[in-house]
Amino acid sequence: MSQITSSSRRSFLVGSGSVAIGVSFGLSGTDLAQAQAQANAGSGYAPSAWVNIATDGTVTLLSPAAEMGQGTMTAMPMLLAEELDLDWKTVRVVQAPSNAKIFGNPRFGGGMTTGASRTVQGYYEPIRLAGLQARQVVLQAGAAAMGVPAGECRTELGAVIHSSGKRMSYGQIAAVAKAPEQLPAVDKSQLRPMRQFKIIGTDIDRVDVAAKTNGTARFGIDQRMPGLRYAAVLRAPVHGETPTSVDDAAARATKGVQQVVRLPYGVAVVADSWHTARKARDLLKVEWTNAARARQHNSDKVLAEYVARARKLDDAGVDFIKDGDASKAIAGAARTFSATYTSEMVSHICLEPMNCTAVVRGEQIELWAPAQSASFIIGAVGGAAGFKPENIKANITLLGGGYGRRVEPDFAVDAALVAKAMPGTPVQVIWTREDDIVHDKYRPMTAQHLVAGVDAQGRITGFLHRVVSEGIYARVVPGAFKASGGKDAPVMEGAEITYSIPGHTVQFMIEQRGINAGFWRAVGPGYTKFAIETLVDEVARGVGVDPIEYRIRMLDKNPRGAAVMREVAAMSGWGKPRQAGRALGVAFSDAWNTMCAMVVEISIANGMPVVHHVWSAVDCGVALQPRNVRAQIEGSMIYGLSAALHEKMTFKAGAPQETNLDRYRILRAAETPLVDVKVIVTDNHPGGIGEVGLPPIAPAIANAMATLGAARPRSLPFTRV
Amino acid sequence: MIQLTLNNERVSIDAPPDTPLLWAIREQTNLTGTKYGCGIAQCGACTVHLDGEPVRSCALPLQAAAGRNVTTIEGLMKTDAGKALERAWNAAQAPQCGYCQSGQLMTAAHLLRTAKKPLSRTEILDGMNGNLCRCGTYNQIAEAVAGAQKAMSGGRA
Repeated sequence: MSQITSSSRRSFLVGSGSVAIGVSFGLSGTDLAQAQAQANAGSGYAPSAWVNIATDGTVTLLSPAAEMGQGTMTAMPMLLAEELDLDWKTVRVVQAPSNAKIFGNPRFGGGMTTGASRTVQGYYEPIRLAGLQARQVVLQAGAAAMGVPAGECRTELGAVIHSSGKRMSYGQIAAVAKAPEQLPAVDKSQLRPMRQFKIIGTDIDRVDVAAKTNGTARFGIDQRMPGLRYAAVLRAPVHGETPTSVDDAAARATKGVQQVVRLPYGVAVVADSWHTARKARDLLKVEWTNAARARQHNSDKVLAEYVARARKLDDAGVDFIKDGDASKAIAGAARTFSATYTSEMVSHICLEPMNCTAVVRGEQIELWAPAQSASFIIGAVGGAAGFKPENIKANITLLGGGYGRRVEPDFAVDAALVAKAMPGTPVQVIWTREDDIVHDKYRPMTAQHLVAGVDAQGRITGFLHRVVSEGIYARVVPGAFKASGGKDAPVMEGAEITYSIPGHTVQFMIEQRGINAGFWRAVGPGYTKFAIETLVDEVARGVGVDPIEYRIRMLDKNPRGAAVMREVAAMSGWGKPRQAGRALGVAFSDAWNTMCAMVVEISIANGMPVVHHVWSAVDCGVALQPRNVRAQIEGSMIYGLSAALHEKMTFKAGAPQETNLDRYRILRAAETPLVDVKVIVTDNHPGGIGEVGLPPIAPAIANAMATLGAARPRSLPFTRV
Repeated sequence: MIQLTLNNERVSIDAPPDTPLLWAIREQTNLTGTKYGCGIAQCGACTVHLDGEPVRSCALPLQAAAGRNVTTIEGLMKTDAGKALERAWNAAQAPQCGYCQSGQLMTAAHLLRTAKKPLSRTEILDGMNGNLCRCGTYNQIAEAVAGAQKAMSGGRA
């Protein structure tokens, strides 16, 4: 798509078919703001999308993905800055408006969604190619302006430099440049090789951090505008029920209440303050249907049924993976090892509760949402509130935690429906923490049954992995789920392995019990790797091989995996004696195209593990920001540690028993282990990093507990031993 | 109308007296640095100082602050201690999502003001135990608090 699309020739479009990047010269002030506003949904091509080089040398780069603490607002602009050869000090980053046609991620089919560790994975190459092409344009324009052949020029830190020493800054070029008639052709082979990176791979400060160190960062809940009203929404006590009758007289009579709005699934109270709205909400008298499947959900009973199904081998479900012949290998094995694992539902607890601000003006709606997916918001708001996609402007704010929860658009639908009932009035819907936990989309409850067949040499020759779970894609994208043949990818993620095992079968048995399951940080690998890595460890010890050595032997076709295992052994002093009552355990994850080995040192107190130290060696290929990679590995590890030690949602007749942080416990500061993460940079396409530390932590602890002679934990969260 | 001193300025707030201080600050004074997390004094995101002592503003009625001194993150950041904390937080690149960090900074400021000697990592983590961080930045916060303490004592700590 190398073409010039703007007649002014002050802007041009570069890039490949999957990501097209607009570059403009010399826009400033209101022109720039206007051009960025034009990039909103429906208005099609906007010249300033992605990059504007101002005449003062300031370069504005748009960041296409939602910033939720993972560093994407820095990482994406770094990619452009690298190939454009910018001086990072001149870069200003702006959140991109919601136009998937311009900013969509190829790894989400062009959708504007942030999640599943796919942002860097999806944009890495297309953004750099576009940056490279844009640099060629700037170089040619600079050469022309200086009256020298382009072939005698190079770029460096935001300037075009001729071999004579003559130079022009990008800002000076922007003042005179026009886009060429024909864009220079570029291809992957011209991309800057890793050893020449100047920006990628450096620990520049994250662009979102400064405002987060002094209270000035604005999250969704911090949006303010004249005439803003606040709303609290009453939802059903059990997932899936709807109101049958509403008596809102007392709520309406409350001083400060402006409006009570019936929603298909609940009732919203709008007031001049959120405190008033929430108090008036308590005065609503609502009768609910009593028909939801979730009413039958009692956690202990359902889990027992899942376990029974996982062990019922003739209920084969859907084959998620079938490599070789696992059952034959197991039938002919010298020894078999088998175990059943369970995981309870867990909640996200984004510390910023779900919220969204919206205002309706005529046919148009504008929303301010701390959300992971502008595309899902536009789809859901269009469907539920009847707005045309081109009339929906979704502004993605900073997110106070995402972890997969904010892929769902339910809170934006609240705001859209309430705002639609009060045209012209901006309304901010804020969920209470109780709303947030009760109406979460939890990591699903699972039961897994695994069987490993081992030959006379101690090698695993057949591996059967059965997963019983509520579906996620089955609820969120039912069409795609059906088209996949009933393979629920996020539920089953992590069941893929890079261990050399000739016969590998993974089966998925779907359950539909009415409690919403959803994306959760490292959703599938959080329990699939727990089961795999615990059983593999058990096999290693059973056949008398060191657990790290055993894994390295199975990683014969994954040298990067073997390398991180060796590295973590060295980091942790694996094999060296520990103080009395302490032991090490290890686990490995190859999810999201990143290799992660982890060792923990633990003791046991009151029947529960105490984690003292965590070491991790990570190869995510090219590490855009190594320090941030370490922070993400540590943070996701802690998220997983919290879940493994403390977190569990319990349901009685469909009603959650944990509704706030007094009963739903998450990890606190004093429980934090020492953490050492080593990033091994390799010249491979970047893998994901935002979830990578989570899968190995629980099995590493379980394996260390076995070393201490405790029963191997097979449930998440752990129970007292 | 309830009068109090907010970040060294006398203010009058027109809100029902049972309104939690958090919401009065966020909605009536438009200072949005103080955050809502749980509403039941469990997470610490709403931490402010009341006459110098950290309190959970989500569970404190506005009337309880009448006539008293309230300091929020915006006020803290005008002080030398606040600026030292901000610099240390930046140096450690502590925040991830950042939502809990105002509360963390308010607690850290009090911890350092009352510390008699250089604090160890364990002492800092114990002192910060009331503030939840879902992104798991506790070690980076501990690094930042230690860095701020060192800077505030002229590098002697």
